[in-house]
Amino acid sequence: METENTFALLLFASLRDAAGADVISVHLPGAEPATVAGLLRAVEEQCPAIAKWLPHLRVAVNCAYATPETPIKPGDEIALIPPVAGG
Amino acid sequence: MIQIVETELPISEVTRAASAELGDGAGAVVTFVGTVRNLSLGHRIQYLEYSAYEPMAKAEMQRIVGEVHRRWALPCAMAHRLGRLQVGEASIVVAVASAHRKEAFEACHWAVDEVKSRVPIWKKEVAVDGFWWVEDPLGGAPGTADDA
Repeated sequence: METENTFALLLFASLRDAAGADVISVHLPGAEPATVAGLLRAVEEQCPAIAKWLPHLRVAVNCAYATPETPIKPGDEIALIPPVAGG
Repeated sequence: MIQIVETELPISEVTRAASAELGDGAGAVVTFVGTVRNLSLGHRIQYLEYSAYEPMAKAEMQRIVGEVHRRWALPCAMAHRLGRLQVGEASIVVAVASAHRKEAFEACHWAVDEVKSRVPIWKKEVAVDGFWWVEDPLGGAPGTADDA
């Protein structure tokens, strides 16, 4: 039986306003090792409101910037980071 | 010393924290203070609203302090303010101490640039004619000031 992993993604600032939510969930097939790249593909398919933002976003896993190859597992704190403007 | 605060920035505390690490060897402390400007792209600003992904912002600030330590072997301290800031108020302070001023200027300049490009903090500008997120990649339609 195919299993599925659900990931909650934190949203901030302009992205939070655009999505109308501060967190979204996406589902990944449980069969293959999950990575940030796979997560972003799932966002593109499952969250059309955010799809056009993807080229502008960075992904953070457990409070550090991640690369497409970064592995993820259920329970990780994952955030979509729109362009920052501190200072 | 890394701090995120919602009240007035502790500018002299951050400055002292950087120099205290060098003790009597400190000959220079460079402290950068960023403040809220009254104009942005021709719009007259009423106030700014800063928000953060706070645990990561602190972690990223800590990493920048660590990198200043590795690259220059100098102590760095910083604090950022969140919430509503009026024109003229300080939003960020970054201090680097050194035996001589040249390295302190250089490392402080680098650290401020890194904060601006990496630390997950955002600001919404509220002007008399609307509000918008700075760096909004899709340039969402400006709202009205009443919605801010």
